[in-house]
Amino acid sequence: MTRTRATALAVLGFAIFLGIWEAAPALGLVPAAILPPPSALPGAFMRELDSGVWFEAMLTSLRNYVAGLFLGSFLGVALGVATGMSHALEALLAWVVRLLRPIPGLAWVPFAILWFGIDPTAAIFIIGIGVFWISYFAALSAVRTVDRELIELADAFGFRRAHQKLTKVILPAAAPGIMAGLRTALGQAWMAVVAAEIFGVPGLGQRMMQASNLLASDVVVIYMATMAALYGIIDTAFVAIQARLLRWKR
Amino acid sequence: MISLKHVGLTFHRDGEATEVLRDFSLDVPKGRFVAILGPSGVGKSTLLRVVAGLLKPTAGAVTIATDRNKPLPVAMVFQDARLLPWRSVADNVSFGLEHGQASGHERRERASAMLGLVGLSGYESRYPHELSGGQRQRVALARALAVDPDVLLMDEPFAALDAITRETLQDELVRIHGETSKTVLFVTHSIDEAVYLADDVIAIAGRPGRLAAAITIETPRPRQRNQQDITEVAADLRRRLDELGGS
Repeated sequence: MTRTRATALAVLGFAIFLGIWEAAPALGLVPAAILPPPSALPGAFMRELDSGVWFEAMLTSLRNYVAGLFLGSFLGVALGVATGMSHALEALLAWVVRLLRPIPGLAWVPFAILWFGIDPTAAIFIIGIGVFWISYFAALSAVRTVDRELIELADAFGFRRAHQKLTKVILPAAAPGIMAGLRTALGQAWMAVVAAEIFGVPGLGQRMMQASNLLASDVVVIYMATMAALYGIIDTAFVAIQARLLRWKR
Repeated sequence: MISLKHVGLTFHRDGEATEVLRDFSLDVPKGRFVAILGPSGVGKSTLLRVVAGLLKPTAGAVTIATDRNKPLPVAMVFQDARLLPWRSVADNVSFGLEHGQASGHERRERASAMLGLVGLSGYESRYPHELSGGQRQRVALARALAVDPDVLLMDEPFAALDAITRETLQDELVRIHGETSKTVLFVTHSIDEAVYLADDVIAIAGRPGRLAAAITIETPRPRQRNQQDITEVAADLRRRLDELGGS
């Protein structure tokens, strides 16, 4: 199939999807209050935009997202790399990891609220925890699977200290694995943002829940679409950066 | 010069001891090309790693007398080129120069000069996956030469190459050895390669590996592969190793 044909089919599929969606309330199959038609969305979006609510909610969510992502992935990668380089550290942490790892990020919500209150910090904490584990395991396994022979090469050329091996060989060699983990974390973190905000932290999720309580289902859809679009943009940007950093790969 | 005195090496793993080298002594004068010959598993590569300082001998001592105060008196070329795939060719060549004394500009100049020496001028910005096996091995050789070592350690560097590329690189190595007068320790399992390249051939046999034969090849360079005294030395060496029950 040619590229144009694939794109044409994708557009067609999307048009059919919108058509069915538009038709369902119009034909009275479902009440418009339960499923707002797509034609109602631009108006709802403009109202949210004009009141400034949309922009502020988006900025707040994005800020929490970026903060949680950076904190979680930085700590996760750092500890994962350290654990990957030291069998003693891995053994030391083995049971702690086994205990904490299976706890879903959202199970931390009670403690997040207890420690930080209904506050962006709570959202950052919950986002950070989910991202932490993904980055930790990605970094650990990426470092573990670095070719021993490349580490011997570093030795042979006089890079015998741990920090030299780290910067000359281990980090660049582990970069593809770490970045693949970070990409998974991007998506995971986005889910965590929304979840944390549904519990009351200001942002897109909170605004969406307010609209839901007021039965403003068109506004709910606006925020769902906003989340999808933001995630799409972030993921596309990350893939572009990833491809640039790893351009040495075939 | 390199001096190995009664070197022995025993690996311990899971409470089991494996003796790889026993009572191995060798003196290599400066500028000499020495081939270390033997079948797989006799500890040739281990011996090279002991000289490189990558492994500590469990008996005896290794000394490398170097007339200058160098960070890296020895440099290694591995059987697999072992290039860093995320670095360009030039950055691979200057790998060993990143110990702080050379500026980025000096490193680039040095990398280009070394690439010229191995016949890869103009390949500076290529990446390893764009090169053939022979070209990668040339880059590995340039990387070793770049640190200006007194001793070049080569661990079956041409074993994975096709015959034609191998012969080309053997001749290049002879030329580079002539131009730089580095001391070379060259591990190989090929009698013909050892006899064609080296001043001295040291044969190792048995488990643990021990010195089985040492011969000096007086034939001046450039040599021909089918030259009578070369093929005779090879045939004689083959006979002696067969009698020992070697390869």
